[in-house]
Amino acid sequence: MNGLLNFMTGLGLALIILVLASVRRAHIRVEYSVSWLGAAFALLVLSRFRWLLEKVAAALGIGDPPVALLLLVGCVFLLVLYRVSLVVSELKDNNIALAQRLAILEYHFRARHEETQGSN
Amino acid sequence: MKTASGPDSLLILVPAFNEEGAVGHVVREIRQVLPGAPILVVDDCSLDSTLMVARQAGAEVLSLPHHLGLGGAVQAGYKLAYELGYQYVIRVDGDGQHDPAALPRILEALRTSGCEMVIGSRFLEGGTYPTGLVRSLGIRFFRLVLHPILGQPVRDPTSGFVGVNRQALEVFSRSFPLEYPEIETLVVLQRRAFRFLEVPCRMRPRLAGRSSITTLKSIYYILHVLLGVFVNVLKYERRRRKRP
Repeated sequence: MNGLLNFMTGLGLALIILVLASVRRAHIRVEYSVSWLGAAFALLVLSRFRWLLEKVAAALGIGDPPVALLLLVGCVFLLVLYRVSLVVSELKDNNIALAQRLAILEYHFRARHEETQGSN
Repeated sequence: MKTASGPDSLLILVPAFNEEGAVGHVVREIRQVLPGAPILVVDDCSLDSTLMVARQAGAEVLSLPHHLGLGGAVQAGYKLAYELGYQYVIRVDGDGQHDPAALPRILEALRTSGCEMVIGSRFLEGGTYPTGLVRSLGIRFFRLVLHPILGQPVRDPTSGFVGVNRQALEVFSRSFPLEYPEIETLVVLQRRAFRFLEVPCRMRPRLAGRSSITTLKSIYYILHVLLGVFVNVLKYERRRRKRP
């Protein structure tokens, strides 16, 4: 199972590097990188400190610590994805409202422009 | 199109997406039935020349900057109509399926019945309409689901041939289902103690193009709308319980 823990460490490190690089290039906003970095950091710590992972596994009532880690990782990523869905939904609502407002403003602008041209 | 005037001001709203083959005919037909009524075509960022055809036919056009889907397009029209002060808005789809001959009947029902929404129903007075098996089953299913929720039967819950008064317009300009809005709007209105009425109308095959609703989409439609209906019911129940 050490192989699995090593893989989890690698995954955690890769995730941290990827997220930090994306933040640096402004591909992810800082506020949305926090949950990913938190998840990656937890993954890294739990996969490296076996005694801590065993404590967590015991608290969850799972005999095999790496399986507990997999379960935790799955849950954390599920929560992160859920948060992303919330953000995307809010953005979509805002985007629709903005598009409608823009169309209405353009409509008024066009009507005003035609009125002005008509009176000249 | 100017700001609405008078207590009976009416706007005809025509949502259209890639309907260059039908929208001009629809606008001209509406003009023949209701010569004085302003017509607003909401172009949902069509890829064809819907916008130009609608303008050439004499309609005002509200042009969306990107594709929002039916609900987003209709709501944009409702928002503009509300801002301009219209008392009544009747939606006629841009594909030519709604026969504008029913417009005076819908308007009269809006004016005299006191109902906030009037639906043009293709199944009243023995009317029929050829639909696919899944769609037909979906309509029957929603009749059964909606009856206890609405407290009255609804024959054509998926009809988009709908007229609303200013009270409903105010609600819809703030909140409107974005996908497959017809059924959910009934629940939204009923939860606010608004009333609706169905009047008979004729619907025809679309004049041009192809419907985007496939069998798979019909099944998705049923699940999506069912979820939307129950979310609206739960939302209302929560608010009702919070009230003293």
